[in-house]
Amino acid sequence: MSVIKITEQNFEAEVLKSDVPVLVDFWAVWCGPCQMQGPIVDELAEEVSGIKFGKLNVDENMSLAQQYRVASIPTLLVFKNGKIAASAVGLQSKEGLKKLLGI
Amino acid sequence: MAGYDVIIVGNGPAGLSAALYTSRANLKTLVIGKDQGALAKAERIENYFGMAEPVSGCELVENTKQQAKSLGAALVTDEIFHISWNQGFVLEGREGTYQAVSVLLATGSSRKKADIKGLAELEGRGVSYCAICDAFFFRGRKVAVLGNEEYAVHELGQLLPVAGSAVLLTNGKELLASAPEGVPVITKKITSVNGEEEVAGVTFEDGSSLELDGLFVALGSAGAVDLARKIGALTDGRSIQTDENMATNVPGLYAAGDCTGGLLQISTAVGEGAKAAMSMIKFVRQQKKG
Repeated sequence: MSVIKITEQNFEAEVLKSDVPVLVDFWAVWCGPCQMQGPIVDELAEEVSGIKFGKLNVDENMSLAQQYRVASIPTLLVFKNGKIAASAVGLQSKEGLKKLLGI
Repeated sequence: MAGYDVIIVGNGPAGLSAALYTSRANLKTLVIGKDQGALAKAERIENYFGMAEPVSGCELVENTKQQAKSLGAALVTDEIFHISWNQGFVLEGREGTYQAVSVLLATGSSRKKADIKGLAELEGRGVSYCAICDAFFFRGRKVAVLGNEEYAVHELGQLLPVAGSAVLLTNGKELLASAPEGVPVITKKITSVNGEEEVAGVTFEDGSSLELDGLFVALGSAGAVDLARKIGALTDGRSIQTDENMATNVPGLYAAGDCTGGLLQISTAVGEGAKAAMSMIKFVRQQKKG
């Protein structure tokens, strides 16, 4: 599956109201570890079905970062039925992401 | 573009061993070292290959430094605080900024750790290990840096232009650097980092408290694991993850010696340094071709 760009505009529809679990990668252009996390998320998204993958740029969507108390990036949140089911801070390996998703 | 083909951070057995190989392969090599680390205390090494008589850690390192120099490596004394990538690796130190095509982290293992209640639990919720990465989230807010050396002062420098206010907390240690002007220094021992969902403050040994929104950890000097985290190399918090060629997940970044965990011996460090050097030689040659 391809990775969706999550914004303040589509957050409710794509994440909170999603029928399937959603992994959201909070990132920014200036964050070194985020540049490494991005391709790992892309790779996993290609391999896994039944889970939605999204990336949220904190510079462009500060209110969502604040709402979910993101204070360090990359932060990865897994949403199930509109609620946070799992979270991780700092760069995660593919195995780390799988564990986070319970797969 | 990059000033060096190879920069090696750390001048212990792993770093110097790598320098021998990269210099001999005609790669422009710089070794950046701070001090002698764990080996400075080893007075008699009796289990190292080829030594009929016991040798001191200092002697072994000094000899290898001479060996690396005579093969063409440059050696400087500096402390690296930050590493990033911008068309090549950029390393920021106390004395200057350095650029390289490939970098080896070989600063040994950090034996420092702050065992403060609440610190681990609140990581990512106000506790951060990278000021330049996370300062953005603390615009106009109250922050503190935990540390007592130059590294802590460097992290303060990243926060001051952004944060509302900043304090330096030494957690009972003597301040070994000078704090930026106007930054209060509190040397009292910290008993806990407080906060339910996010950092709310710290409590000191004498029972007094300080309200905070963010706490940036910069203990001792920036070790290999700290640097790895800043650029996005995978760590398990104590050691850097590498493959069998000593490569991290960041292209061009390698790690060797005690900072990769495992057996903390000179022989393994020297071996890992050699392996990392082989990988770096291959990487740099490919980059130059491409």
